Amino acid sequence: MSKSNELTKTAGAFDVRNFIGALLAIFGVILTIAGIVGFTPDEAERTGGVDANLWTGIGLIIAAAVFLIWAKLRPIRIVETPDDAAGAPGTD
Amino acid sequence: MEAIRLDAQWIDYLLIAIYFIFVLGIGWFAKRGISSSIEFLLSGRSLPAWVTALAFVSANLGAVEIMGMSATGAQYGMPTMHYFWIGAVPAMLFLGVVMMPFYYGSKVRSVPEFMRKRFGTGAHLVNALSFAVAQLLIAGVNLFLLGTIVNRLLGWPLWITLIVAAAIVLSYITLGGLSAAIYNEVLQFFVIVAALLPLTLIGLNRVGGWDGLVDRVSNDGMLGAEQLSSWPGEQLSGFSNPVLSVVGIVFGLGFVLSFGYWTTNFVEVQRAMASKSINAARLTPIIGAFPKMLIPFIVVVPGMIAAVLVPQMTQFKEISASIDEATALEQTGVTYNDALLLLMREVLPNGLLGVAIAGLLAAFMAGMAANISAFNTVFSYDLWQQYVVKDREDDYYLKIGRWATIGACVVAIFTALIAGNFSNLMDYLQTLFGFFNAPLFATFILGMFWKRMSATAGWVGLVGGTLSAVFVFILAETGVLDLPGQGAAFLAASTAFVVDIVLSVIVTLFTTPKPAAELRGLVYSETPKSDFEDLSEPKAPFWKRPVPVAGVALVLVIILNVTFG
Repeated sequence: MSKSNELTKTAGAFDVRNFIGALLAIFGVILTIAGIVGFTPDEAERTGGVDANLWTGIGLIIAAAVFLIWAKLRPIRIVETPDDAAGAPGTD
Repeated sequence: MEAIRLDAQWIDYLLIAIYFIFVLGIGWFAKRGISSSIEFLLSGRSLPAWVTALAFVSANLGAVEIMGMSATGAQYGMPTMHYFWIGAVPAMLFLGVVMMPFYYGSKVRSVPEFMRKRFGTGAHLVNALSFAVAQLLIAGVNLFLLGTIVNRLLGWPLWITLIVAAAIVLSYITLGGLSAAIYNEVLQFFVIVAALLPLTLIGLNRVGGWDGLVDRVSNDGMLGAEQLSSWPGEQLSGFSNPVLSVVGIVFGLGFVLSFGYWTTNFVEVQRAMASKSINAARLTPIIGAFPKMLIPFIVVVPGMIAAVLVPQMTQFKEISASIDEATALEQTGVTYNDALLLLMREVLPNGLLGVAIAGLLAAFMAGMAANISAFNTVFSYDLWQQYVVKDREDDYYLKIGRWATIGACVVAIFTALIAGNFSNLMDYLQTLFGFFNAPLFATFILGMFWKRMSATAGWVGLVGGTLSAVFVFILAETGVLDLPGQGAAFLAASTAFVVDIVLSVIVTLFTTPKPAAELRGLVYSETPKSDFEDLSEPKAPFWKRPVPVAGVALVLVIILNVTFG
């Protein structure tokens, strides 16, 4: 989170990786719980015997962890070039 | 068509609701970064390559693509892979390696604007207007498809779905602009994978693994083993001769249709223009090529599974093969387009079902959002600022961009209602707009590498090429040319391409070229190499440079073609 340079800003306010990580984590937890408490014979028949909610839930939690750790380890820094930031219309 | 009610429970609705909170949340957070029109309409050119790459893929991974490609998979099997491996990846790599430096390096804010700088206002007006109208139309078609699916799955009335979906898209785009659209496309990508990957694996488990699928497909008593190899794909191309079929697919689909679509379509190119450097812009379609070549495994394969696993679908396919599709629809109440939904209903437990519905809804809305975010840019910069109200302060154009978004959403609702009542008309119009693509590619590529090409040649080539495509299409529709399947579309696009090139060359020879001084950044020979380079590029390792990464992608796609050929 360095704000030493006027032209660089950390995108800490908004990093889509945190959003993706959070959503996948919530989905993962809900599916994992559903897989543990709600695995019925009817469901087993649909999936061919696999507890699909549980496995997908675990997969999503792992994917979520990857995004959150990645965002933590390498935060985005944006260098703004003055002419772009100005959004000058009619550059021709 | 009858309803395919999915047995959605509270847990499914909970997952869908959480997803929509995130969708709106992205709009809200992305709003903070917006203080100028460039930030609203082009994300301030600040996004990293992996974000724009996934958005690039997602913008095209809309409802039409997911439902359509799984339907084609159910019908023809592996030849459907051509739409990805031949019909998309090579063109995406070409866009990144060859064309993106011109788009990004010339600092234009849209593809039509490139047209204006290179060929003047004649070609520009044709291009900008046809693009803007086409986007409104396609946004409406996307919205209508969303409404029908929600109606069939969950039983909501059509008009409620139309208004709710349009309101959601409207709120996150007017708040967060292109950034919100792009971030939502990235989020949508992961939700779709989270839904379709388990669907494919469970489906495979049910049919006895990959071997079980191969076994069942080759013994289905219809097309059989032909559905298991992508080449020569005669069923898909509509040519009965295998050599002609391969030529048709490679040149028609792989070259003219796909290069026309991927390299000139501003909906796609806009995602790359939003990236932070010329290097990232070039990497956008190139990185995107990797997920693009794997997506068919979770879209086409489920379609194939549905055709052998879900009784209703198998029955539909059998009746289609023995009588015709209309009879099959009458007797079973489904079509190929329902393949994915039927498989979802057959194998997914509650919970995963919610993720899958959220993924599909996301895909429908992202399709519409992509159209609208491209429309508002072209409307604000290319139509309003260029022809209606020039030289105002930037705030004014930011406001215009927001109003254009609202207008586009309202128009899309009405287009959706029209689409519901006149579906054939919509099909024809979409085909018609498709005809603009092939000549556009011809004009761009000639204009980028031939400095002599004149402004008059620009618009004459475009108009002539488009008209010739329409002419071929009419011949095929009236039965003068007999080309089943995709044959007519391939031929129309190829004709348009050739006519455009020939006309452009002839007209150029009789008109005066633009002065060389005005062509910097627009024509290869007139642009200093440094304009196309990123200062950080020489230091970057090979896996961060466009050309080597594109090479790896090309090798991979060839391996895929050989393995599954």
